[in-house]
Amino acid sequence: MIHLEYMERQTSTQTVPMVCMHCDNPTCAAVCPADAIKRTPDGVVQSALKERCIGCSNCVMACPFGVPRYYPEIDQMLKCDMCYDRTAYGLRPMCATVCPSEALFYGTLEEFEKRRGGTPVNQFQFGNQIITTKVFMVLPTGEMQLDMDVSAHMTDPTFHNDAFDHINPFDGLETYQTGAD
Amino acid sequence: MSTLPSPATALLEEFGPHLQYAPPSGFQTSLEPDKLVDTHCCFCGQGCGITLKVKDNEVIGFVPREDFPFNKGKLCPKGVKRYLQGGHTDRLLYPMRRTEDGFERITWDMALEETVTKIKQIQNKYGRDAFAMLSGVSLSTEKSYLVGKFARLALQTANLDYNGRLCMVSAGAGNKKAYGIDRSSNSWEDIVDAKVIFVIGANVAECAPITTDYIWRARDKGAKLIYADPRMVPMARTADLFLPLKPGTDSALLMSMLHVIIQEKLTDDAFIKNHTTGFEEVREAVKHAHPEWAEKLTGIPAFQIRQAARMYAEAPTGFILHARGLEHQTKGVDNVVSCANLALATGKIGKAGCGHSTITGQGNGQGGREHGHKCDQLPGNRDISNPEHRKYIASIWGCEETEIPGKGLSAQEIMNAIHAGEIKGLLSICFNPLVSLPDANFTREALEKLEHYSVIDFFLSETAQHADIVFPGSLHEEDEGTATTAEGRVIRIKAAVSPPGEAKLDWQVLLEIAKRLGRGQYFPYTSTEQIFNELRLASKGGTADYSGITWERLEQQQGMFWPVPQTTETGKNATRVEDLDTNHTGTPRLYENGRFYDPDGKAHFNAVQWREPAEVVDTKYPIWLTTGRVISQYLSGTQTRRIGPLVDMYPNPLVEMHPRLAQALNITDQQWITVQTRRGQLTLRASVVKTIRPDTIFIPYHWGGKQSANLLTNRALDPVSKIPEFKVCACDVRPATPEEILEGRNAELDANRLAPTKVFTDTELEARRQEVKR
Repeated sequence: MIHLEYMERQTSTQTVPMVCMHCDNPTCAAVCPADAIKRTPDGVVQSALKERCIGCSNCVMACPFGVPRYYPEIDQMLKCDMCYDRTAYGLRPMCATVCPSEALFYGTLEEFEKRRGGTPVNQFQFGNQIITTKVFMVLPTGEMQLDMDVSAHMTDPTFHNDAFDHINPFDGLETYQTGAD
Repeated sequence: MSTLPSPATALLEEFGPHLQYAPPSGFQTSLEPDKLVDTHCCFCGQGCGITLKVKDNEVIGFVPREDFPFNKGKLCPKGVKRYLQGGHTDRLLYPMRRTEDGFERITWDMALEETVTKIKQIQNKYGRDAFAMLSGVSLSTEKSYLVGKFARLALQTANLDYNGRLCMVSAGAGNKKAYGIDRSSNSWEDIVDAKVIFVIGANVAECAPITTDYIWRARDKGAKLIYADPRMVPMARTADLFLPLKPGTDSALLMSMLHVIIQEKLTDDAFIKNHTTGFEEVREAVKHAHPEWAEKLTGIPAFQIRQAARMYAEAPTGFILHARGLEHQTKGVDNVVSCANLALATGKIGKAGCGHSTITGQGNGQGGREHGHKCDQLPGNRDISNPEHRKYIASIWGCEETEIPGKGLSAQEIMNAIHAGEIKGLLSICFNPLVSLPDANFTREALEKLEHYSVIDFFLSETAQHADIVFPGSLHEEDEGTATTAEGRVIRIKAAVSPPGEAKLDWQVLLEIAKRLGRGQYFPYTSTEQIFNELRLASKGGTADYSGITWERLEQQQGMFWPVPQTTETGKNATRVEDLDTNHTGTPRLYENGRFYDPDGKAHFNAVQWREPAEVVDTKYPIWLTTGRVISQYLSGTQTRRIGPLVDMYPNPLVEMHPRLAQALNITDQQWITVQTRRGQLTLRASVVKTIRPDTIFIPYHWGGKQSANLLTNRALDPVSKIPEFKVCACDVRPATPEEILEGRNAELDANRLAPTKVFTDTELEARRQEVKR
């Protein structure tokens, strides 16, 4: 299962779909006391095994991407397993199949680069932890690395209040005044 | 007469809306479905291909249909969750009669008898036109055609109109004026080849989500995107040029763009000379429309208007797309022909990568507006006032020409006439005017004045609650038929399941009523395909010519683009379906080589004079109000407000306003506020966002009762298309009082009622697990 969230609805309509990044060395599995999260030989990190998961939410708190979620009604963690029931049969995951904008793309790196711009990256730094993932995120062309440590951005002049909004179209418009006339 | 029975809460408990999260039999993914049915989504005019999974006559899931050329498997949330309307707890399963304390179950015979008796009584007493019919374009093309014939020959009333009147009629009227035909100029594949795409008054990413793919593919190849809208809607966010248009000023922007194009000699003079008429009048009409003039009206800086004009005119190919934002205005037609003027002046039409199209909103907004359930129309997009057209249709229907009534009232005018006491009886299908017409208080008053009201519906909509007799009808997935998409592609709709309980197919209900009115001889159908075949014959020679289409061809070719006219003499003179030929391969792109559909073969410029909206802001109502949609809901929400996961995406309407306006009014995010207009008031929570003009607020309209944006909107109509001005009116905003907040909270609770549940058993827990996984 994947999540779709607004980045910052008050300033922009931008949304971000968050799929499991399928880490080479998954933090969620590393912190799981019940050893309920398995990675298949083809690199897909599975949802918690029903018979092992104890619903402790360690994985929810540990995942640097915020992917796993705990569902109290079934006392279990569930997360994106790249639609193993579809990909095992050569179909694309459901999210990438139905995505109207192809913001979610399922295919090889070569297939992607043939059609689309941007720089795909699959290595991320969180503090001292470097994570390599099966899933790529696409950065604007030329940008080589996405540093997930917010403090690294604080001196970056492009990180101002409107960073999510590339323009403010309503600047300079007449605003409504209370008590006019 | 038609006041609401019983306390409203009792109706809610019985008929919903309840939120359904799983098929009634639960999720059983290990079960093999009995069959997979390749059909289409019903929740907008794009008609995405979708495969429904069926088990034991119940839709239990879906598979994306990657083979269908339009969407290639892509779907929006409405498509993904569409299957959850099947087997819904709120579904109407038997005919009902309204009593003082609710609805009682009656037999089909009693329901039909009462409706027919009332029709006869009212027509005998007040005349035939005192009984009206309202219909909708979420119906298949076959049903739309049948409704047109049914109203004229069975009810024998002139007063039939449809909810397309609230949809894209401005585009229809504008298209006919400019091009002589009412259809998208191209298949969407041509969008991909455009070098500039100009979107005005259309929230593409939310209201026509799959169209996004076409625009993104064009941009991948270097196309520029110009986006004009009072809100920075999702697609506008990354546009090359965003024009923050003030509501109701579209024609000023368009006139000014044309002014710049003419002044800077960016026109295609050869195209204008060879293929159009009326350019001189338009040149004269936009002479004064300097960008500085338009800047004052539209709120868009003059330099950006110049920039937009140059970007559009200088690009080698270009596509204009618009939707309800531009059409839902008292100058909807003016706005549409102004777009056409731009396309014609620059020759950007009828070629690869060039076009001008409305993005039709409703499930069958295109097909449903072609074959005669508009008040002024006969099948094949013929004119009910044209003697030749009447004669031809009379010959197909086997009646005297004089038996076909003349032009009737449009949808809003029918409601006005009911309110005025001129129309006494109503039969409606597929229309929820209490939510979808403007000025809902007025609509409610009108419904309460009806002497008799019968409804065919699958859920008890807000409007159907006012009915005396309710017939349980059929859902999209329960009947065979065709629809025509926004592109002009005729597609085949398949029946996946049969109607539950005593519910009947819509067309069978109409046939029963016709029979009991003594007019059964005109309706001898035993299958939906027979209706389609009659429609083929009836549309032959009209502008919307379907005569060369068969259901079989649609299935084989994944849809066909009309017109598909006759190519042989036998076909052209055919009076029987068997004689029609099927040689023509369809018309994905109209107007090739500058050939237009008016008898003179030319396109027409239409001069437009600037007009203000019907209502403008003043000191009492100082803020502009505009309305629209969200991605998770469809039209008046009768279906989508009952699908749990869709409701969860956007559970209640919010009032979007800019922080600068919010600050001036002392309002914070999520605060309860009351919006007032001359027609009513509404209490909702505020969503304070920078993505809207500071002088404008926005409310999505899909909800009923005390959450209905249409309590506020204006009934003013476009003089030509009769479309109401949903998109522009004046309002005032203030923090809500404690009493209003309580009312608002209660309305939220009513809109978010869970379908009755019990304690989870093990299998149900597993089912929930499967759903959560999805």
